[in-house]
Amino acid sequence: MKKWNIDFFGHRKIYFSLSLALIAAMLICLVLFGVSLDIQFKGGALLTYSYTGDLDTSAFRAAAEEVLGQSISVQESTDIATGTYNVILSLPTSEGIDADRQAELAEALSGQFSANEIQTSSISVVNPTIGGEFLAKCLVAIAFAALLMVLYVSFRFRKIGGWSAGVTAVIALFHDLLMVFAVFVIGRIALNANFIAVCLTILGYSLNDTIVIYDRIRENRRIYGTAMPVEELVNLSLNQSMTRSLLTSITTVSAMVVVSIIALLYNVDTILSFSFPMIIGMVSGCYSSVCIAPALWTMWQKKKMAA
Amino acid sequence: MKKVGKPVFFLIVLLIAAMGYLTVAGVSVVYGDSTNRVIKGIDDVRWGIDIRGGVDVTFSPPEGVTATEEEMNAAESIIQVRLISQNITDSEVYTDHDKNRIIVRFPWKADETEFNPEQAIAELGAMANLTFREGANVDLEGKPTGDTLEKVVLEGRDIESATAVYSTANNSSTPTYGVELKLKESGKEKFAEATERLIGQPISIWMDDTLISAPTVESKISDGVAQITGNFTAEEATRLANQINAGALPFALVTENYNTISPTLGAGAKDAMMLAGAIAFAVVAVIMLACYRLPGFVAIIALAGQVILMIASITGFFSVFPSFTLTLPGIAGIILAIGFGVDANIITAERIKEELANGRSIDSAIDAGFKRAFSAILDGNVTVIIVAIILMGSFGPPDSLFARILSPLFMMFGTSAAGTIYSFGYTLLIGVILNLLMGVLASRLMLKSISRQSWARNAALYGGKN
Repeated sequence: MKKWNIDFFGHRKIYFSLSLALIAAMLICLVLFGVSLDIQFKGGALLTYSYTGDLDTSAFRAAAEEVLGQSISVQESTDIATGTYNVILSLPTSEGIDADRQAELAEALSGQFSANEIQTSSISVVNPTIGGEFLAKCLVAIAFAALLMVLYVSFRFRKIGGWSAGVTAVIALFHDLLMVFAVFVIGRIALNANFIAVCLTILGYSLNDTIVIYDRIRENRRIYGTAMPVEELVNLSLNQSMTRSLLTSITTVSAMVVVSIIALLYNVDTILSFSFPMIIGMVSGCYSSVCIAPALWTMWQKKKMAA
Repeated sequence: MKKVGKPVFFLIVLLIAAMGYLTVAGVSVVYGDSTNRVIKGIDDVRWGIDIRGGVDVTFSPPEGVTATEEEMNAAESIIQVRLISQNITDSEVYTDHDKNRIIVRFPWKADETEFNPEQAIAELGAMANLTFREGANVDLEGKPTGDTLEKVVLEGRDIESATAVYSTANNSSTPTYGVELKLKESGKEKFAEATERLIGQPISIWMDDTLISAPTVESKISDGVAQITGNFTAEEATRLANQINAGALPFALVTENYNTISPTLGAGAKDAMMLAGAIAFAVVAVIMLACYRLPGFVAIIALAGQVILMIASITGFFSVFPSFTLTLPGIAGIILAIGFGVDANIITAERIKEELANGRSIDSAIDAGFKRAFSAILDGNVTVIIVAIILMGSFGPPDSLFARILSPLFMMFGTSAAGTIYSFGYTLLIGVILNLLMGVLASRLMLKSISRQSWARNAALYGGKN
């Protein structure tokens, strides 16, 4: 494996601009498209039925609207792996769609469209209050995790200026969370529980990367003392741990790439909206740990020394 | 640093292989017709409802009703009885007392083709029909028959309360567990008449069509306070009291939250994820071997050991840990751990390379590599452990360990509806913990042991120069 010799600190402006540009692009998409919440968070109902043959979806919708007495939107999807067709009814509210009502609906639909062999595939009904509560709980979980991370890093790296290490590491973490968020915004995926799981995992994963690098800085500080200028110390440490940072990301990302490809082929949406944002988060986590956090820390240290 | 014997490497490989075999196959002991599963194998994995299909439903009292803790317990016991009477034995029921919610998850029955989840949900939440009936005549299907069917002594609305007690009822000298029944005015007279007439005969207690108890009348009870005794344990007495209270529950449960998934939807997904896991393992193995040669080879064995132990902690191999429900995100967690698990080996192998480049001998480079890599590995793993605990605490059922630890933080939010993510938190957690065991300890022993073979005394195998 080659020896690295990159002037990371010298290139920091390029890295910062790249990150800011990506975040700006995400914000533009956010303004243009907005971001939608999955029914897990906002409440509502999603009824998926499988069918065979040709289905008159507008008649299907009319029939469903008649039973439920409210307006419904209809979407179709095809499962490539199994060759089945699905029709998805979505309702903005969870009201009036209790189990009894739903059974009535299934019966009416399979009666009226008996040629299409309508089968209930999955039903998901969420009360908006419970959904909102769940979202709030998830956000608290992320905030709490981030807080614990700052405290842990600050404690472990008190020898290289605790708070500065903790705060810069967390800035890098927010950078990664924004990138994960960007996948959902740009990919127009509704935010769901997977989003929260990915965010939390990336918090731990990206910080791990940063810690390995800070650990190296701490060790080199011990070896070379304060005589070595901060930027040189940081560059040396980064180049020394570069192979590891890259390889760990490569193994983990390739595992998730395999999962994404298989999930795409077999149409496992619940996993694809997990594994793909995870890949982006991991790439971003590696990048921010190498290019963003140490550069910020160096700037902080230089400022402190100048003061 | 202590030397490690040459056979140690082979010993560890053998251990991992044996463990792998047991984890996959399990161990059964057959006594005649009954098969006793001593060690659970991979067939015993409890798949989540996102894989085998099933129902996930949250019940709550109707709007405007504030239920007491006793009422919620009673409601839970209604659901328990009905699940069993519908022959659903593999269910999970959690009651969230802060938010007055009951979460029920149950999978599709394996042999059921015409299972109707909507019907099942509606039945679970309906008002309980509790009756006290004359005699205890039961037909072949366990339903009341004859006099027992026709002569109803009391109904749920006649009952004031039932409480589990520990007392010396019926003049016996030692205290026993029992249930104290208090009747409302509407029930007193009916009960006095029936108990007078039926001394020495049973009065059976039914929830819907399920017999829950059949005590024998010992004396006439005219004051509306009766004791039901028997060889109850504390638990049985509490259960019976809850079931009787359920009959007095003044409301039906409503379901505004539910999920049903057909069994065909998830079956293909499971196989796809298994395939993804196998491919991911192969890819990681190739990368490790290409980049690190001998330490890479050791890393692959350690990783195989880690995956085997992860599966073992899911199947319930170690009887101290109960089996864990495995969902699709849970499998994704295992695959993530495959990619991430070699991190410890990568950090160490890089260190060994550096030490060799600094002119150290193979032995001292290995020692120094493991020693100097450890603090970084530990720090990194601690952060992932923190995250995994938060994941389990926020997505887990209310009675799970981490949910209780984190309950002060989440007290205002109630139990979440995403049971599938809990499994991911669990696989992530055990992945990281086992990584410390396999990626650090076992890898170190294996590498030190194998490095003593004469063919392994070549620095090039460790990424150094000859």
